[in-house]
Amino acid sequence: MNNTDYQKIALGAARRERAGKIGLYVFLTLWALMVLFPFYWMLLTSVKSYSAYNSEYVPKFFTLAPTLQNYVDAFTLVPLARYFTNTIIFTLATTAMMMLVIVPAAFAFARLEFRGKNLLFTLFLSLMMIPSELVVITNFQTITNWGMRNTFWGLILPSVTSVFYIYLLKENFEQIPDELYKAAKVDGTSDLKYLLRVMIPICRPTLITITILKIIECWNSYVWPRLITDNENYFLVSNGIQAIRENGFGWSSPSR
Amino acid sequence: MIRRTSKAWLYLLPALLFLGFFMVYPLFDVFVYSVEEGYNSASQTYFGTGLYNYSYVLHDPYFLQAVKNTFIIVIITVPLSTAFALAISLALSSVKKLKELYQTVFFLPYVTNTLAVGLVFMILFKKTAYTDGMVNLLIQLFGGKSVDFIDGPYWAKMFVMCFYTIWVVMPFKILILTSALASVNQDYYNAARVDATPKWRIFTRITLPMISPMIFYLIITGFIGAFKAYSDEVALFGTDLNAAGMNTIVGYVYDMLYGNSGGYPSYASAAAVLLFAIVLTITCINLLVSGRNVRT
Repeated sequence: MNNTDYQKIALGAARRERAGKIGLYVFLTLWALMVLFPFYWMLLTSVKSYSAYNSEYVPKFFTLAPTLQNYVDAFTLVPLARYFTNTIIFTLATTAMMMLVIVPAAFAFARLEFRGKNLLFTLFLSLMMIPSELVVITNFQTITNWGMRNTFWGLILPSVTSVFYIYLLKENFEQIPDELYKAAKVDGTSDLKYLLRVMIPICRPTLITITILKIIECWNSYVWPRLITDNENYFLVSNGIQAIRENGFGWSSPSR
Repeated sequence: MIRRTSKAWLYLLPALLFLGFFMVYPLFDVFVYSVEEGYNSASQTYFGTGLYNYSYVLHDPYFLQAVKNTFIIVIITVPLSTAFALAISLALSSVKKLKELYQTVFFLPYVTNTLAVGLVFMILFKKTAYTDGMVNLLIQLFGGKSVDFIDGPYWAKMFVMCFYTIWVVMPFKILILTSALASVNQDYYNAARVDATPKWRIFTRITLPMISPMIFYLIITGFIGAFKAYSDEVALFGTDLNAAGMNTIVGYVYDMLYGNSGGYPSYASAAAVLLFAIVLTITCINLLVSGRNVRT
């Protein structure tokens, strides 16, 4: 009698547990669908033909006649290939230049001793609080005055530095034990060689993380490129998408 | 020592040059601009100095609309997205199977171009002559009345706006909160289990206090980010945000600077300084509140 009671309770608990698990999975799956659906829709719409899309009052969740015509149009009627090339040039150049700027700076803060270091670093940190919206107005004027509108330099220069990444890298550099530096010094290794041969290889994970984050940031940047370019030849992908959208609704090109 | 000092400065030189030109100088310059009255960007001349630009901006109905929109977006999206991200992270941390897959999927919006996805959201919510749009058909399916979310009433547009903003900011918050949850010492949970502590109590007495620094970090950065909302709005409603009545403070700054309504860097500067003042105030309040509540 008692035994069966225990069994019942144990069974009930197991069932409740399983119900809870199922509930969790339902919840997670719902959000996953919410995240994936726009991507699916983007892909689906891109392979629907223009006329098929417009004739569907109730949008279909699949298409039986997929077409690649939209992709052909995107590259022929709109200079999408150029937008992509521009974005790739912009992203690679900005990221590479940023690395050249922030690695020595982080190294100086982490390893070298010089007068005013703490004061300077505090000033650097306080710059992190400055929102980019506050400085974009003057930068726009500066770039315009330098005649750099619609050039890659105008696009790249203001986004080359990042105080946050210098800070991140400096913290990482400081994790490297002092003994390594002293050993290198005893061997007569120069600071630059030490940086290139020891610090950068050790901190490779952080450097890769920073690179990826910067690439994402550049790839998605919209506001600054929009301010600084009005010539289609220098549009980035974001600007191109927005221009297609403003001039013709979504899938058709302006000329249609 | 002198040689070492000069060498250090040499390493710092590129960073200092770039920061000087594109951060420090503009920082002072924006305040100068904001008090120069009647500045003309073509001739670079101005009449005098004063606070007229601020008064103009503060009396501009577009600016007031932008402030209202921004505050609504901030007040709705920051608490909702943080709470929702916490719920998802808790769910994620209590399942084992497929956890990696879910994490990958949830992270996707972080690495995508928000303008492109915003376009898809617009298509899903928009009502055109050809179709009522996905979302409206769903509403009709459940017996509701269709409404144009993109060109329709204010609350509908605001709903899409907030929905999309939450969709965009979720990945980062989930990422931070899952790692915070994973780093809570398991001994606390084991001790609680020995004492047969109820689940809710474990949550409020162990989990929440342990991850509260991260939650406050997310709230503070969430406030700052939401106050700077702009490109998501452009993705949904197009570049003419004033006409759509969906402008934000940052959008107002850019509109004043550039485009059809542009050419007024002084007004733009005044608005940017006002935005900075608002964000600074809110951040200070946040820090004060969190300093009182977070035990580290």
